[in-house]
Amino acid sequence: MKRVARYALLLLVLAITIGPFLWQLSTSLKGAGEDVYAPVFVPSDPTLANYAGVADAVPVWTFALNSLLVAVVNVVTNCVGASMAGYALARLRFRGRRLAALVFASGILVPFEVILISLFLVMRSFDLTNTLTAVVLPGAIGALNVLLMRNAFLALQPEVEEAAVIDGANAWQRFWRIAVPSARGTILVVALFSFMFSWDDFLWPLVVLSDPDKYTLTIGLAYLQGTFFQNQRLVAAGTIIAVAPLIVLFISLQKHFFRGVGEGAIKG
Amino acid sequence: MSVGHHRSYTPWLFLLPGLAVVITFSLVPFVNMLVLAFTNATALGGGRFTGFANFQRMLDDPKFWVALRNSSLYLVCIVPPLVVLPLLIALLVQKKLPGITFFRTAFFTPVIASAVVVGLIWTWLLDSQGLVNTVLRALGWVSRPVPFLTDEWLLLFSAMLVTVWKGLGYYMIIYLAALGNVPADLHEAAQVDGAGPIRRFFAVTVPALRPTMVLVAALSAVNGFRVFSEIYLLSGGSGGPGGADTSLVMLIQQTGTGLTGNVGYASALSLVLFVITLGLLLITLRLNRREEAL
Repeated sequence: MKRVARYALLLLVLAITIGPFLWQLSTSLKGAGEDVYAPVFVPSDPTLANYAGVADAVPVWTFALNSLLVAVVNVVTNCVGASMAGYALARLRFRGRRLAALVFASGILVPFEVILISLFLVMRSFDLTNTLTAVVLPGAIGALNVLLMRNAFLALQPEVEEAAVIDGANAWQRFWRIAVPSARGTILVVALFSFMFSWDDFLWPLVVLSDPDKYTLTIGLAYLQGTFFQNQRLVAAGTIIAVAPLIVLFISLQKHFFRGVGEGAIKG
Repeated sequence: MSVGHHRSYTPWLFLLPGLAVVITFSLVPFVNMLVLAFTNATALGGGRFTGFANFQRMLDDPKFWVALRNSSLYLVCIVPPLVVLPLLIALLVQKKLPGITFFRTAFFTPVIASAVVVGLIWTWLLDSQGLVNTVLRALGWVSRPVPFLTDEWLLLFSAMLVTVWKGLGYYMIIYLAALGNVPADLHEAAQVDGAGPIRRFFAVTVPALRPTMVLVAALSAVNGFRVFSEIYLLSGGSGGPGGADTSLVMLIQQTGTGLTGNVGYASALSLVLFVITLGLLLITLRLNRREEAL
């Protein structure tokens, strides 16, 4: 009896969290002949025409490619850059280490919205506004990721590295052959969250991009909604295109997402 | 623990890319913002030092007060549900039951979707002809469509609803991690003393989770005060009827960007945003310290 009540509650929460996505999916599959306003979840005659239609209305595949490009570059720069900096902070002894750590810590304290306008001016002084480079750069190596990697390297046993020192390995070899493989769990978390934040980012690309052919998916969708507001089927198809890759990624790697929330939340 | 020997510049080679990005795209713009806040700089450049003129102007600017009110109200309204609801959901999925991993995964899905996707999904649901209104009318609860997206106040509350809905899964995971650390013998002892589940929740779980609840309150408060996307998308970029639902971040974006952008004034608004978010963080740290002292 108790168990039945628990499952009933679970199903209620499930309907609240997943229902809206399913409604959007259902709308995107309804053909022109079907009433999208009727509260019917299963399309009577499911069609993929709206997915072709959204590509006719806006260059949605260009948007998706731009988003993918930005996200992949962000993953690579964050994994490499944050691992390197985190390793130096955790494992190398040098004058100025505290100062370097302080720079990253203060980076975390500055909310993005606060520097939005002057960041735009920085990009303009580099002549980078309205480029995908400008979209990538501010988040290319996140200060939080550097501190996550530092903590991961601090948690490793130093003995293995000490043995490598005796064998004559230099700092770079120790980093690349010993430290990085041992910290790959955290690197995967950094990769996942870099991808997600970059793929989902809205405010910064909205401010820095102006040409529709440079748009990422998020602002492309806002643009689609602004232009084709009457056609709910097209907007729904666009949203499904934008969210599907992340859902696939999430389902296949959900354990690491949860781990990332735990690590990020405690430190953030 | 540091190991090994290396050339004196090696650590700086490791740090160079990270430091370059954080300094160029975070710290330098921050200092730049501090300076610009006291000038009348425009999007076209230039600008003279004008002292506190931007802040003076703010006091007389009705748009600023509306934005400050909206962002503050947002914070006040989303924190209580985001502290309580994810905790209840975490308790619901804590027990290892068949299929529980599926439920945890499903409950987290709104977190990974972008604010834009979520905003568009809810714009459609809350439309005057959308599913929510259709159901409400079919149930006979309302006779005319509820203007969720066109009424000044309803739009703001709809945006809050979206923020809460999107945050449930994130804070659920934070609570789940904390629940794992609540000693089981405390529950057992309370059970032996004859305390029912509700009693045990308030006598054992809540005290043990208080630091986590403060953390969740702080995170959701800072995020709530920085609201932008939800209001932007539900209002189709307009900030509601006559801009009545504009948030502080939206006002910064509207004031500082574009060819007519007033960079000086937008920077002053950014400084206000920074001081308030920093204040929220400091309050939280203080609360946490008081918890530890108890």
